[in-house]
Amino acid sequence: MRSMIQRYAFRLTLLLPAFLLFVTGCNVEHPFIKKIAFKDSLSIIIEFAGEPDPDWATDPGNYSVYEKRDPDVHLAISKVILGPDKKTVLIRFGEEINQAEPHVVVLTPIHSQGKDLGSAILNVKRLHIGELFAILIGAMLISNYVFTKYLGLCVFFGTSKKRDTAVGMGITFTIVMVASAMMSWFLYQFILKPFELDFLQVVVFIGMVSLSVQAVDTVLRKVNPALFKAFGVYLVLVIANCIILAVPLTLANNEYSAMESLMLALGAGTGFLLALFLMSSARERLELADIPPTYRGLPIAFVTAGLFALAFMGFSGLVIF
Amino acid sequence: MAATKKTNKELVINGILLENPIFRLALSMCPAVGLTTSVKNGLLLGSAVLFVQICSSCTIAAIKNIIHPRIRIPTYTLTIATWVTVIDLILAAYVPAAYKEMGIFVKLIVAFAIITMRLETFACKNTISASFWDGLGMGIGFMFGMVSIGFVRELLGAGTILGYDVLGFKPLLFFVLPAAGFFCVGIMMALFNYIEVVYNRFKEREQ
Repeated sequence: MRSMIQRYAFRLTLLLPAFLLFVTGCNVEHPFIKKIAFKDSLSIIIEFAGEPDPDWATDPGNYSVYEKRDPDVHLAISKVILGPDKKTVLIRFGEEINQAEPHVVVLTPIHSQGKDLGSAILNVKRLHIGELFAILIGAMLISNYVFTKYLGLCVFFGTSKKRDTAVGMGITFTIVMVASAMMSWFLYQFILKPFELDFLQVVVFIGMVSLSVQAVDTVLRKVNPALFKAFGVYLVLVIANCIILAVPLTLANNEYSAMESLMLALGAGTGFLLALFLMSSARERLELADIPPTYRGLPIAFVTAGLFALAFMGFSGLVIF
Repeated sequence: MAATKKTNKELVINGILLENPIFRLALSMCPAVGLTTSVKNGLLLGSAVLFVQICSSCTIAAIKNIIHPRIRIPTYTLTIATWVTVIDLILAAYVPAAYKEMGIFVKLIVAFAIITMRLETFACKNTISASFWDGLGMGIGFMFGMVSIGFVRELLGAGTILGYDVLGFKPLLFFVLPAAGFFCVGIMMALFNYIEVVYNRFKEREQ
């Protein structure tokens, strides 16, 4: 049983990043611009979908670049070079730029074949492995969804009576969390945002969650009945967990990229698993303790959770990178 | 379960005391722990939940006969999500400062177990008016729970009520700390249990 779970989890962890590498990379919001990235420590490269007018493209006055953190300090552009295919532009700077910081590039209205295509504001960000790790640890420990954000408590108290139940719930939750967060990210970036349907966030995300729970349920029932028997009961409970909705909302608000979203979802899932495991271990002990009758059951569980929350406050000063 | 035989008044009292969502049913604990540092927050989120509960109860009661039983849960979820979007936009437009303070919790009303549970156990079997009164009772019960926890925490932690200084000093600063929400809810639940035990003993003695 256990080896089967491990095998499936292993396959999932292998497949997901491979899929994600296809969809990540660019952070572009203008239809005429295909790609923007750091070239080296002195230049940024922009790839256009068509050919911009050479006069417009090579004029440094049409570009302004600044670090996202301080928008008032514009970086000095030494020159702009149009590539041999007339579609790529290389912006060279006088001094080295700090690639760890996200940068913003503002273009004046783009001219192409005599047409005005409107101005563009572009974000340039390096896919920084340390940043991803920071998001993972942040969601798991520093701002643990149960102990420092107080979400998902109904399910947390409901399933933390026994250790087996707690671990089963935690694993099921992590899998559904990652799957639904990735789908929500995709829907938000490619459907809700382009069509300006932001106000539908809640409806779409909750629909997405119920759909993915139903899908996991159906697939698991047919493909692996043994696994379904072990984890099927927890699937329904996943919908009642606020965290599963809080994560898509967070990643939509913060404009996370696909990789960052994966890390946030993974961190939230494993953080919930960790919280459940800790709590169930404590509650199994509480069964044997001599507790005043009025405190038996939920009240003492809440007080215990409060102690855990105080302990987790110790992580709040932790800064990664 | 057939349609309810309770009067409107009984339905409201049922929601506030006998089946209080926070202290008796122990549902929707997240806002009760996370958002009760002041009475004001409790009042605002409580009224948002009251609105969503009444509107979705009435909607489901009105369309209960045309919902196929197999898709009833998704229907409930989407109905709630629609009303939550409505209140979310209203709050964002009219009370932006307080909305910012409540943060993500307004949108998370969708996932509050209490609303779905009332639709499943009450609204889908009863008339629109009965569902209205039940929703009113549950909403007020939730608001009562939130406000009472907020009252204790704000009074003990900051020495104020609704922002007005009443004590002049801060008895237990610990209570405004986020983690104290758990302690406060735990202790108040125990208090409710104790009141029940004392009440039952009192009743036995009378007989």
